[in-house]
Formats: sequence, C-alpha cells, structure tokens
Amino acid sequence: MVKILVEELGLEVVGGANGLNNKYTGVYISDLLSWVMAKLQPGSIWITIQTHVNIVAVALLAEAACIIIPEGAAIDENTISKANEEGIPLLRSTLTAYQLALKIKELSRLE
Amino acid sequence: MENIKISFDIIQHDFSKAGEASSNIKKVLKQLGIPSDTVRKAAVATYEAEMNIIIHSEGGVIELTVDVDKVKVVAKDKGPGIKDISLAMKEGYSTATSEIRELGFGAGMGLPNMKRCSDCFDIQSSESSPTIVTMIIYLKKAND
Ligand SMILES: Nc1ncnc2c1ncn2[C@@H]1O[C@H](COP(=O)(O)OP(=O)(O)O)[C@@H](O)[C@H]1O
Ligand SMILES: [Mg+2]
Repeated sequence: MVKILVEELGLEVVGGANGLNNKYTGVYISDLLSWVMAKLQPGSIWITIQTHVNIVAVALLAEAACIIIPEGAAIDENTISKANEEGIPLLRSTLTAYQLALKIKELSRLE
Repeated sequence: MENIKISFDIIQHDFSKAGEASSNIKKVLKQLGIPSDTVRKAAVATYEAEMNIIIHSEGGVIELTVDVDKVKVVAKDKGPGIKDISLAMKEGYSTATSEIRELGFGAGMGLPNMKRCSDCFDIQSSESSPTIVTMIIYLKKAND
C-alpha cells in the first residue's frame, strides 16, 4: 500500500492524500510522458522529475498508484491542487530516483 | 447498449486543460462497464491525440462514439497539417520545441502509441490542411 511506502521511506505527502490506500505493484521511472503512457504498468509507482500539472492526468490515464518527485524538487501549486482533486498521491523525497528504487526493492523483500 | 456520442473542443496551447478530454472519455467508458484494458488503451490513445492537437495544431475537436461492438475516437483539427505522414509516424520523430520537450512532451512516440493502442488506426493529413486521426478499438464479447 502507498501509505506504508510513505511511512517506511519517510516520504512527504504533498497532495492526493485520498489515494494513500492505493496498492502498488512495481516502479516505473521516466520523465518522458509518452513513454510513461506507453510503458507504465497499471498500479506502478511513477518516479519523475516533472512537476507541472500535466503529470496528474498522465498518472491517472496510465493508472499509476502514486507519483514520487525525487531530490526535493519544487512542485507547482496547480499540480498539488489537481492531485488533491483527483486523489492521486503526490509524494516527495530528498533521495534520487535510483536510491528510491533501491529502497522500494528493500521494502518489498521485508513484506 | 445505446449509441453514445460525445465531443470535446481542444484549444491550441492550452496546457492547463490538457488531458481533460481523455480523462472524461476514460470516466465515461468506465461507467459503461467496458473492460479495463480497453478503457486504458482508449485513454492512452486519446491523450496522445489530445496533446497533438494542443501542441502541434491550431485547435480542434475530439469525438467519442461508443456502440455495441466498438469504441471510436476521432481527433480532427484546423491545421496546419502534416507534410510527411510516414516520417511523423516514426518513433522518436518530433518537431516539438525545446520548451515543450523540457515539459516531457515531444518524445515522438504519440502517433506510434495511438497506433499500438488501436485495432484500427487511420491518419489523414497534408500540408496546410486539417489532420484527422481515427482510432477504433473493438469490444470483445465475454465468450469470445
Ligand atoms: N495534429 C497534428 N497537427 C500537425 N502536426 C502534427 C499533428 N500530430 C502530429 N504532428 C506532427 O507529427 C510529429 C510526431 O507526432 P508524435 O508522434 O505525437 O510525437 P510528438 O508529439 O512527441 O512530437 C509531431 O512532432 C508533429 O510534427
Ligand atoms: Mg504527440
């Protein structure tokens, strides 16, 4: 569950707290939106450095479990309100995408 | 099932509303009880068509039709059209500006994605004319 991910990895919940009960099945890392649309498996955690409002629609349409913004990047205000509106968890970490992926792998081993 | 027809106006360069037509279409298809993999394909294909109208055209319309055996999405814009369609269809080919690319668009995967998601894909265009993309996804019966 995304909620457990948030707790274990110490992620900041920036928006979309309504969706924290979403289940996740894997991870996909990309900043190119057409690649995400084509390749993200439904239920995946999506890690991206893009922070503009369009990522929320992409996450919804591609059926991501949540969005994680790495390296503490600044997030647009309208991205946050859109994530709240749609209930897609918008999370942030100071870790890099690579470090996040390693930690998520570690977590899945413990579960 | 009754025939359903809905259309959405898409405005040039309006990134704030980008994805609204495809999100709405996804909701409608879900409500109709259409299988989730079909819904996802239609949503992805529509999103790419919607973004192309926003980024590359002077605006247009996306029309959804649902009947007993298929979902049809037609994206039609006001031009400026595509000179070389086979080049535009190539994975990785894009004329998007660097500003657009910085937002994560312009990977040159939109048209190939639309084709991959559709059972039937057709694109009509030429220089200084509208572009019309037609995508059909067939609904399979449960006992097929
Ligand atoms: N509706 C359209 N009107 C004009 N040109 C278009 C349209 N759709 C696509 N194109 C052209 O085809 C190219 C490839 O489109 P696509 O595969 O979606 O990639 P991208 O949108 O990432 O550039 C675009 O860069 C553009 O030059
Ligand atoms: Mg495109």
